[in-house]
Amino acid sequence: MADVISRPAVAHHGHAPGENYLNTPKGIKSWLTTIDHKRIGVMYLWSVLFAFFLGGILALLLRLELLTPKQTIMSAETYNQVFTLHGAIMVFLFIIPSIPAALGNFMLPLMLGAKDVAFPRLNLCSLYIYWTGTLMAISAIVLGGIDTGWTFYTPYSTTTGGAVSLMTLAAFVLGFSSIFTGVNFIATVHKLRAPGMGWFQLPLFVWSMYATAIIQIMATPVLGITLLLLVMERVFHVGIFDPKLGGDPVLFQHFFWFYSHPAVYIMIVPGFACISEIIPVFSKKTIFGYRAIAFSSVAIAIVGFLVWGHHMFVSGQSALAGAIFSFLTFLVAIPSGVKVFNWLATMYRGSIDLKAPMLYATSFLVLFSIGGLTGIYLGAIAVDVHLHDTYFIVAHFHYVMMGGTVIAFLGALHYWWPKMFGRMYNEKLARIACALVFIGFNFTFFTQFILGSRGMPRRYYNYLDQFQPLHAFSTFGSWILGAGLFLTAAYLLATFRKPMDAPKNPWGGRTMEWEADSPPTEHNFDFDPVLTHGPYDFRPARTPQHEQPIAH
Amino acid sequence: MNALHDFFLPKQGSTLAPGIDNLILFITGINIFFFVLVAGLVVIFITRYRRRSENDITPHITHHAKLEVFWSVFPLVILIIVFFWGFHGYMRSQIAPGNSMEIQVTAKKWVWQFEYPDGMRTLNELHVPLNKPVRLIMSSEDVIHSFFVPTFRVKQDVVPGRYTELWFQPTIHGVHQLMCAEYCGKGHSDMLAKISVDDEKTYEKWLVEGDESMKTMPLPELGKMVYENRGCATCHSIDGSRSQGPSWKGIWGESAKFQDGAAAPVDANYVRESVLEPQKHVVQGFEPVMPTYKGMLREREILGVIEFIKSLK
Repeated sequence: MADVISRPAVAHHGHAPGENYLNTPKGIKSWLTTIDHKRIGVMYLWSVLFAFFLGGILALLLRLELLTPKQTIMSAETYNQVFTLHGAIMVFLFIIPSIPAALGNFMLPLMLGAKDVAFPRLNLCSLYIYWTGTLMAISAIVLGGIDTGWTFYTPYSTTTGGAVSLMTLAAFVLGFSSIFTGVNFIATVHKLRAPGMGWFQLPLFVWSMYATAIIQIMATPVLGITLLLLVMERVFHVGIFDPKLGGDPVLFQHFFWFYSHPAVYIMIVPGFACISEIIPVFSKKTIFGYRAIAFSSVAIAIVGFLVWGHHMFVSGQSALAGAIFSFLTFLVAIPSGVKVFNWLATMYRGSIDLKAPMLYATSFLVLFSIGGLTGIYLGAIAVDVHLHDTYFIVAHFHYVMMGGTVIAFLGALHYWWPKMFGRMYNEKLARIACALVFIGFNFTFFTQFILGSRGMPRRYYNYLDQFQPLHAFSTFGSWILGAGLFLTAAYLLATFRKPMDAPKNPWGGRTMEWEADSPPTEHNFDFDPVLTHGPYDFRPARTPQHEQPIAH
Repeated sequence: MNALHDFFLPKQGSTLAPGIDNLILFITGINIFFFVLVAGLVVIFITRYRRRSENDITPHITHHAKLEVFWSVFPLVILIIVFFWGFHGYMRSQIAPGNSMEIQVTAKKWVWQFEYPDGMRTLNELHVPLNKPVRLIMSSEDVIHSFFVPTFRVKQDVVPGRYTELWFQPTIHGVHQLMCAEYCGKGHSDMLAKISVDDEKTYEKWLVEGDESMKTMPLPELGKMVYENRGCATCHSIDGSRSQGPSWKGIWGESAKFQDGAAAPVDANYVRESVLEPQKHVVQGFEPVMPTYKGMLREREILGVIEFIKSLK
């Protein structure tokens, strides 16, 4: 990474002391009509956290129901609706927008040294579309519920009762908010980088956001069309997927996974983004293999489009198709593995400070490794036949989605909390909460690997007595996990009771957002930011005496 | 080692199971190696390179080409081995031996129906001979279901509007559990069936006569067995709680109200008719979803059901 010669910053946007984007301008109307990426990011943040809370409560209820076979607290119909909602809320309302739309919206322009995203109005529009989609989804729940599972498999979804059409339209609408964010990020990265910031001086967070944005704008329209076709079949009885009308139910699965597998990367690549920021800062050491990490994100984005059939090994697709999808699945595992090794190499000989964000990042390394490695069983077709649609799958994708993305999101939330709200949280409580989450998560979900390999199918309301001890253990784990997350919510909210105390750069980060105030002013920077060093350059200021040897 | 196997995996009940378990074992070995490597390095690094002071100076290591090529290529080689192994096992599970016995399977909400080469039909109960390859030709009458037998390590979706196939050759005696693995609505988790594996002679005898116990068992007990094993329990409770169908508790002698407004007392003829022609009179407030049991229950079994309902006060 080439250093750029420092040039004195020129102050020209004067602002009164104490003024920041949170309090200037004032009033609820100024928030609802804002085009400030930071305010939009913050509104997205509260929205996705609300969705996380809702989906989490549903998850705890599901686990409680599964404490015993037969009925524990709810009927079979209610259970089927609750797991559908848990999945749909977590995927569409929480995880997909969590890192890009909430944290990315806030941080991406700051990291580029820009005043805003390229299309601020489109950004606000995306938030309103997200809210509209959320309202539609909530109305669907109230108006009749849906019991199709978040995957909406046909012909079950075209023949069952309930508000399936409204829910699929909600997912269709939510897709647009995702597309708009993607378009905005791509334009922003291309056009609004600070002087001196070439593609290889971009923070890796930005690279990952860029890769995510590409998947978002290429894959989401396919989901949109698929869901529209589903609605057409339900409402107008056009035969597309239902064999009774002359359609093909497996076609739906191809369409659905053509979006939803890349969507897995829409969810996990932003997790990689956060980890690539946190580990160098808390190791006080430059990132190892910058280009490898950047290109592996792009490789994942591209190859990720070609593996959707691995969700369908037992669906009746041809053996040749199965073989090709299996091979490509193993291929896409490599860039993920490369990233893990790069992060480990970054920590090697570092100066590691295990503050809460780094604690989350190390949890990520462990949990994501388990999630990734258990994927090897599933990529091997013969083994997948046994494990498909069992709790093994449930455990595997929770290790990737929650142990990966959500843990990374929590780490990043702690990492940037001082920047976003100007307040430090209680470090001790944060570490305790992180430990609870880590332990509770493993109790809950590691158990489910064993349930699955023993043959416990997923989406089962009732189950054979032999599975009860493991189910009970998993449920106890969910209480520890829940306690950790409620504790996190409590101490983060408690920070608002004290005055703003966060310094500009509490962790010693080298990326550009740390040069803005905490919280930043409305226009982000009071000077024209110029890149003077690489994003992960932790060498002491360059003077001839302190020249450090560069190892290769 | 065996205890460990039995903790993580079901018994090996078919010729396919040992091969799949060997691959699982191989992958487990790889996974333990990489997990210990990653988790171990995390623990070593965070203890050994703990921050001592805010002024710590770290080396500026940007990359190491040889190392990076190694840790990209080495896992790839391992994964290609796993791929070929998994593909090989899969092809074995896809191609049924030529001498396989064929059984037709029909899945519908929420029962499994089997039709044997001689035209005999059973519900939620599949009988197969030991050590003989069996090929299933499967189709669904409504939504997608999935035929899953953990002890056999087989699974195949059962799709409406097309036939899918699956084969296995059972290697151990006794009862194996069949479950539906593709979500299909409120009865999904009760869409279970038993697969009885018997030696050839017992199997042939069963085809002709049914179970030995069936001829001697007291009628209410036989009825209870039919209730539990043949799919009645999926939709009818015996404790008065409401399910997909009316509960059987305390209905004997009472008057049943039908959708068309008519009514009839619950007696032997009514129960018999409900079993054989369930759509003829549907009780008010319930969907006409029950399949017919015509040709699937022996006469004595129907009598058993009648006596069993009578006994549920």
